[in-house]
Amino acid sequence: MNAEIDATSEKFLRGKYAIVGVGETAYTRGSGTTTRALGTYAVRRAVEDAGLGMDDIDGMLSYSGNDSIPSTAVAGDLGIRLNFYMDVMGGGSSTEALIGIAMGVIEAGMCKTVVIFRSMNGYSQIRIGGTGRGSGASNLSGDGLFGRAYGQSSAAQAFAQTFMRHMYDYGTTPEQIAHVKAIHSEHASNNPKAYYKHRVTVDDVLSSRMIVKPLHLLDCCVETDNATAIVVTRMDRARDCKHMPATILSVVGRCCKPRIDNHYQAGPISTVAGHYAKEILWPNAGVGPDDIDLTGSYDAFTFTTMLQLEDYGFCEKGDGGEYVSSGIMRLGGARPNNTSGGHLCEGYTHGMNMVIENVRQLRGEIDDSCPTDANGKRQHTYDYSSGGCRQVRDPEITANLGWAMPGTGSALVMAKGER
Amino acid sequence: MPLQGEYLGMSVAIPDVDRPNQEFYTHCGQGVLHLQSCVKCTLLRYPTTTACPWCAESEYVWTPVSGKGTLYSYGEVHHAIQPTFQQFTPYLILLVELDEQRDRPNRFDGLRINGNLADASGEMAKPELVATVGIGSRLRVVFKSIGDGMAIPLWTLDTEIKQEAPWRYPDN
Repeated sequence: MNAEIDATSEKFLRGKYAIVGVGETAYTRGSGTTTRALGTYAVRRAVEDAGLGMDDIDGMLSYSGNDSIPSTAVAGDLGIRLNFYMDVMGGGSSTEALIGIAMGVIEAGMCKTVVIFRSMNGYSQIRIGGTGRGSGASNLSGDGLFGRAYGQSSAAQAFAQTFMRHMYDYGTTPEQIAHVKAIHSEHASNNPKAYYKHRVTVDDVLSSRMIVKPLHLLDCCVETDNATAIVVTRMDRARDCKHMPATILSVVGRCCKPRIDNHYQAGPISTVAGHYAKEILWPNAGVGPDDIDLTGSYDAFTFTTMLQLEDYGFCEKGDGGEYVSSGIMRLGGARPNNTSGGHLCEGYTHGMNMVIENVRQLRGEIDDSCPTDANGKRQHTYDYSSGGCRQVRDPEITANLGWAMPGTGSALVMAKGER
Repeated sequence: MPLQGEYLGMSVAIPDVDRPNQEFYTHCGQGVLHLQSCVKCTLLRYPTTTACPWCAESEYVWTPVSGKGTLYSYGEVHHAIQPTFQQFTPYLILLVELDEQRDRPNRFDGLRINGNLADASGEMAKPELVATVGIGSRLRVVFKSIGDGMAIPLWTLDTEIKQEAPWRYPDN
């Protein structure tokens, strides 16, 4: 344990907070509506899922990259009077970090129950690194001169050096990495909400056109319009909510590598922020990688899933290619990853959909196509063939590994019910 | 007056308040790559920063460096985002590790400079040249003038030495 980042003192809040409600819109390309309407819909769904009323919510958090609607609009539309709110700049890895902030402000007595939302028209309005914001022959100034002057503006263009160096350092192959997409597409085929529901093969990934070597088109995530929301509250209130609480054992983020202004200065560059974050995550949770039943490792790209699983200790450093191609991540495998299909297939909402998925997995109430009984309770078949079940058998503990970039990440460990 | 120029159809403007970047690109315009060196611990740093990342000292002096290094990693762009770059695909986004200060102050640290592969005159490399470069390639800096006495640093193969075969992405 590195003493500088030892978080194992009594200050941790293991088991004292929970996610009690989750909600989302459809994942589409062309929502036909505003981020305000999307956000309002997702927040209402999450509050209703918790079995709470709007007057039970007095805290709100959201994150965006100037592509969304602030909390004040969503709260106002739903008649929620807030004792605390904050809208922060952020993309991937914000969900887990904001869960930690929600716990902190509740613990500080600033409010009682917090909704966190992310709303974006990520396809039809502002596309990340795409043909909208940040593109074009605009001015080069300041720090932009060190990147955009060299045609380096999108995430793929900024991360490729990390991915390529991992292949060089450890012999990781394109075929190994392509398994991430193939496996997540299997999961998505059992997810009625997924934007891409068709299964693809490793060969499909490798034969798709190159975007930024080493990334083929199918190594990259989907862009969609959607909003997602979760409700965080203290365990004494969580007990009275509608569902079994998804108890928060530990949260870390946004945790960084050194020289975050330009993280390629600090090596090895094939190591990512999870290398540091795990020193907080696991001691605070009181569990380790071997105790985790399923993971939600952020798949902005196939490589990001692999790099994080490796640096959080799910395999030896350098063995990530072997891990992701071993079958362990498939439904029915020992530790499935992104059972919704994740960002590669379900939709892109900067990590929150993967937290929502794991909350439903812990409840045993995954929204697949399995038949329901007279009470509307889904009767899971555990037949994971296409169009079938995606509920994992009796998961107890999950881990979400959020990614912003190679140098920044967040993570969350949740457990089934009160501990 | 802000320094103003143009590079590949993109306008460049560095305001007077951003003195470190004005100085960085003006040194490039004079044909020698300079990096900030901390007056206290003497370590070099890249890109320009407002204090020393290792001792937090804000004073620095510009120090010339060799402008030679080894390709540490790269991405090869086939789908350009910025319209200007569509004419150059496939182009390389290089991470060049300078010969100076390798593994300092910590193991695996280095001065790793962003850039594109260019020919010896500073023009974006043609596909035939792109195909010869990989991790381990020995590179030297070249400059492309952008106006107002400034230049953009780019990288070209060092032809004065015998190149070892570099590591490249395994194309089938």
